[in-house]
Amino acid sequence: MKLIFERSVPGRHLDLLPACDVELIELPAALKREVAPALPEVSESELSRHYTELNKQVHGVNSGFYPLGSCTMKYNPRIDEEMAALPGFANIHPLAPAHTTLGCQEALETTKKYMCEIFGMDDCTFQPAAGAHGEFTGVLLIKQYHDARGEGQQRTKIIVPDSAHGTNPATANMCGYQVVNIASAPDGCVDLEALKAVLGPDTAGLMLTNPNTVGIFDENILEITRLVHEVGGLCYYDGANLNAVMGVVRPGDMGFDCIHSNLHKTFATPHGGGGPGAGAVGCKAHLAAYLPKSALLGGGDSIQVRSFNGNFGVVLKAMTYVMTLGQEGIPEAAKNAVLNANYLQAKIKGTFEPAFDRICMHEFVLDLSKYKKETGVSALDVAKTLIDHGMHPPTIYFPLIVHEALMLEPTETETRETLDWAAEVYRNLYELGFKDPEYMHNAPHSAYIGRPDDVRATRTPVVRWTKA
Amino acid sequence: MGSYVPSTQAERLEMLKAIGLNDYKDLYRDVPAEMYLDAPLNIPQGMSEMEVANAVSAMAAKNKVFSTILRGAGAYDHYIPSIVKYIPAKEEFLTAYTPYQAEMSQGILQSIFEYQTMICELTGMDVSNASVYDGATAAAEAAAMCRDRKRRVTLISAAANPDTISTVRTYCYGTNDELRVIPAKDGKTDLEALKEMLTPDVASVYIQQPNFNGLFEDAEAIGEAVHAAGAMYVMGCNPTALGIMKTPKDCGADVAVGEAQSLGMPLSYGGPYLGFMATTTKHMRKLPGRIIGETVDSKGDRAYCLALQAREQHIRREKASSNICSNEALCALIVGVYCSAVGPDGLASVATQSMSKAHYLAKELCKIPGISMKYTGEFFHEFVVEMPKVDEVLKALEEAGILGGLPVDGGVLWCATEKASKAVLDKTVAIVKEVCAK
Amino acid sequence: MNFPAELKYSKDHEWVKFEGDTAIIGISDFAQDALGDVVFVNLPGEGDEVNAGEAFGDVESVKAVSDLVSPVSGTIVAVNEELADAPETLNSDPYGAWIIKVEGVTAQEELLDAAAYEAFCAEEA
Repeated sequence: MKLIFERSVPGRHLDLLPACDVELIELPAALKREVAPALPEVSESELSRHYTELNKQVHGVNSGFYPLGSCTMKYNPRIDEEMAALPGFANIHPLAPAHTTLGCQEALETTKKYMCEIFGMDDCTFQPAAGAHGEFTGVLLIKQYHDARGEGQQRTKIIVPDSAHGTNPATANMCGYQVVNIASAPDGCVDLEALKAVLGPDTAGLMLTNPNTVGIFDENILEITRLVHEVGGLCYYDGANLNAVMGVVRPGDMGFDCIHSNLHKTFATPHGGGGPGAGAVGCKAHLAAYLPKSALLGGGDSIQVRSFNGNFGVVLKAMTYVMTLGQEGIPEAAKNAVLNANYLQAKIKGTFEPAFDRICMHEFVLDLSKYKKETGVSALDVAKTLIDHGMHPPTIYFPLIVHEALMLEPTETETRETLDWAAEVYRNLYELGFKDPEYMHNAPHSAYIGRPDDVRATRTPVVRWTKA
Repeated sequence: MGSYVPSTQAERLEMLKAIGLNDYKDLYRDVPAEMYLDAPLNIPQGMSEMEVANAVSAMAAKNKVFSTILRGAGAYDHYIPSIVKYIPAKEEFLTAYTPYQAEMSQGILQSIFEYQTMICELTGMDVSNASVYDGATAAAEAAAMCRDRKRRVTLISAAANPDTISTVRTYCYGTNDELRVIPAKDGKTDLEALKEMLTPDVASVYIQQPNFNGLFEDAEAIGEAVHAAGAMYVMGCNPTALGIMKTPKDCGADVAVGEAQSLGMPLSYGGPYLGFMATTTKHMRKLPGRIIGETVDSKGDRAYCLALQAREQHIRREKASSNICSNEALCALIVGVYCSAVGPDGLASVATQSMSKAHYLAKELCKIPGISMKYTGEFFHEFVVEMPKVDEVLKALEEAGILGGLPVDGGVLWCATEKASKAVLDKTVAIVKEVCAK
Repeated sequence: MNFPAELKYSKDHEWVKFEGDTAIIGISDFAQDALGDVVFVNLPGEGDEVNAGEAFGDVESVKAVSDLVSPVSGTIVAVNEELADAPETLNSDPYGAWIIKVEGVTAQEELLDAAAYEAFCAEEA
C-alpha cells in the first residue's frame, strides 16, 4: 500500500489554527532552515483512511490469540485507557506546583503501595520507561550500594544464567560490569555448583528471572539468593515472568534485593506496538536511598534515568488494573495464567514435545529439534504457518538453551475454547509437517505480505522514504 | 471484584482435571512452602468497573487543571488535533507487541518507517531509529554511541535541560565514563570555555537548541570547534522549532536527538513521551534501538521489517552498547499522525505562532517596572525574566487558572505556545502588573 | 565443503595463509556456512595490534554476530575495505575474501592443516 508521503498533494491541509493575533516574529535569516521539511500534505479524510488501512494490517491482543512467550499478551482493559486519558491527568504539567498535583501524587503513592506489597519490597520508583530500562535502574542501585560501602572497585562481576534474556548481560555491560555467564542445569534451573564456582569477593550481584525463561519455578531459589548474599553480592529479580506468581509468592520473600516489573506485561497496560511501557523498580530498604529522581523535581545528587516522573500515563493504567482486581483478583489472574499454560501444554503434548516435560508456570517451551530433523520443518516455518490460522506465533528461538524453541504463554484472559482451538491447530500443523513440508516452508500464504527478505533489508538498508 | 479471567469455576475444575491435578496449589509445587502466600495481599479488595471509574476520577479531580499553561522547561502545551487522539486509540495499534512477525504487523512497521522518514526530514539527517524513551535518554544513548576505545569523555552544555544533564550523568556513571559540563555565559554555551575543554579524550559534545533558557545557541560555530578537535557533535533539538529552524544537519551535527512530546502528546504529568534519534549514514550502525527497513517479500512486493538487528542486545548480549529492546511505537504513531495533520506549513505556523506569542509576552512583561529580560540573545518560545514577588505573582495567576513560568536560578522561565491567545496573554500581564505594583 | 590444502586453520574457524613475513587471514567455508548470509563486517583499522586468540572485529548475519578471532599476534598492515560494501563475498568466496594482513607475527594459536580441520568441523557439525 501507499506511504503517507505518496498520498501527499501540495496544498492539501487541515484547518487547525486561527490566524496569529499578535505581531508575527520571524527567525533571523542565519537561524532559518533552508527548505521546509517534506512532511505529508493531506486532507483529514485521507489521513484517517491511511491509518485505518494500516491498522487493518496489525494483529493486536485485543484482536486475537497472541501467545507470545515472555511477553504476557493479556487483554488490555478499556477502562484503564479511559482513566489515563482523563483531562485531570492528561493535562497536568510535570512541573506544576505540588499543591496543584495532589491527584497525580496520590496515584503514584497508591500504585507504589500496591507494587511494594506485590513485590515484597519496601520502596519503588516509576521513572524507568521499560523493562530493560528498569533493569538498568536496578543494577545501578546495586552499583551505588557497593560504591557507598567502598567496595565498588572490588566488586566487578554480575552473574547471569545462559538462559537469560539478552537484556540482562547488556544491562550489566551498561553498568560497567563484567558479565559472568553460567550454564543452566539440565532442568533449565540454576546449577548450584556452577553458581558456587563463580561466586566470590568480586561478585557484585546476580540477575535472575523466576520463574525462569523456560517457564519453571526454581525450587532452590532461597539457597541461590543466600549463596549470593553470603559473598556480599546482591540479587536482582527480572520481573518479566511475574505474571505467574503475583499474589502467590513475592520476589522479596525469595530473597531478592531489587526488582523490575514490566507494567505492560503483568499489569495489563497495552504494548502499543513496542511501547510505551513502564518498568517499575522496587527495592528493599537498604537500597531505597539510591532510587532515581528528577533534577527538575528536586532530585539533588540522585541518579536519574529519564525526565520527570517516567511514563505516568502507563502507571495510571496499571493502578486502575490493580484496583479492579484487588487482593483476590491478582492471585486469581496468576493462577489461571498458570492453569491455561499447563492446559495448553497438555493438549499439544504427543505432537510437538515440551522441552521440559513437567508442570510449568505461565509459559512453556516446545523443542522442535527432533521434528526438524524428521521433517525439515523449522520452528520458523511452524510460526509462519500459524499466521495463516489467524493467531500470532509464539516466541521463537528463545531461550537460546533450547534449539528450535517455540515458547507459548497463553495468559489468563483466554477462554478454554480458544485454547482447545489453538491446540488443535498445533496438532494439525504437526501432521502437516510430515505430509507437506514445502507448504510450511513457503508460509504464510494468506497474510498481507509473504516472508520479507530480511537479508536485503540489512545488507542494503533503506530506512526512509525518498521521492522517486 | 473485577476480573478479566473468562473461565467459569466449573471450567477451571475441568481444566485442572484434564492435566491431572485437583487444586491450584498443585501447580505451584516447586514453590517452597514457607513463601507460598496463603493470606491475602495487603491491598484493597477488587472493585466493579463503575466503582473504579469513580475512585480514579475522584483522584483526577484533586489535580488543578489550568486553562492556560505558560510553563515549558521540557514539556510543552501545544494544540493536539482531534484526529491525533483517535488513531492511536485503535485497538490493533494499541494492543500489538513489537513487530517481530512482519507478516502480522505491516501496519506498525510502515507507520514507524514513515515516522523515521519524518524525523529525517525534520532534522536533515540520513537515518532515524524507531525512537527511544524520551529526550533525556536519547541524549544519553547518543553520548554512548559516540564513544570508542580512545575517546571516552562526554561534554554537555550547562544550558541544557537539567533533567537531560542528570540523565546523561547517570548513564556515564554506569559505564564509568566521565561527564564534563561546559559552563554557560549570558545564558548560552560558552564557546571559548568549550574550546579549552576539547581535549583528545573527548568523544562527543552535547548542546540543546534552543537551550533550556529558550535561547538559540551559535550552533554552527560550536559544531566547527567540536569537529576541529575530532569529536562528535550531538544536538538536542526542539522538533516544533525544527519546522522553521536551521536543521542540525546544516549545523554540522553528527547525531540529532530530542524530545518529541510537543508533536501531539499530552503533558500527562511527564509521560509517556518520545525521544527521537537520528544520525548520518556514516554512523548508522552505531545507532542504538530498533530500525525499520524497506525490503521486498517472497512475492517481490514492497514490505517492511526490522533491519540491522545484529546491533541489538538480543544478539550481542554483553557486547551490546545499549540494552534497549523496545521503542515508543505508539508515540511514534502519534508523531506520524501529528506531522501529517499539520503538514509542513502547519508545523511552521505552530512554531512561528509560539515564538510570536512568547515574544509578545516578553515584551509586555518587560514594560512592567522591575521586570527585565535576564539574557539578551535570540529566543524561541521560552525566555527568562528577572522579576520581583515571584511567589505572589504565580499564586495570583493560579487563582485565575493560569500556570505561570517556572522559577529557575535567577529568574522565571516563561513559555508561550500557539494556544495562548492575545487576550489571555494580556490578562496574564495585567495580573503580574497588579501584583508587582502592590 | 571446501578445505584448501595450502591453508592453515584455527579452531575459531579462521584460515591463515603465510606469505613470507605476512599472515593473510579470513574465515573458512565452514564458518560462512554456519553464519548464513553475512550482512556486515566490522573491520579493524590498519596499524592496529592484534593478539592471537583475541577478537579483531566481527561479522554479522541477520540474526547472529560472531567475533573474528585472530589466529596470530602482530600488526595489521592491510584491511580488505571492499568487504564493507560487499560483505556477501565472504559467503560466495570465503578463501578469496581475505579480511586482514598481519606482519611482524610474534605468536600464533594452535593451527590445523586442512585434513585435521576438516575432521574438527565434522565433529562440530
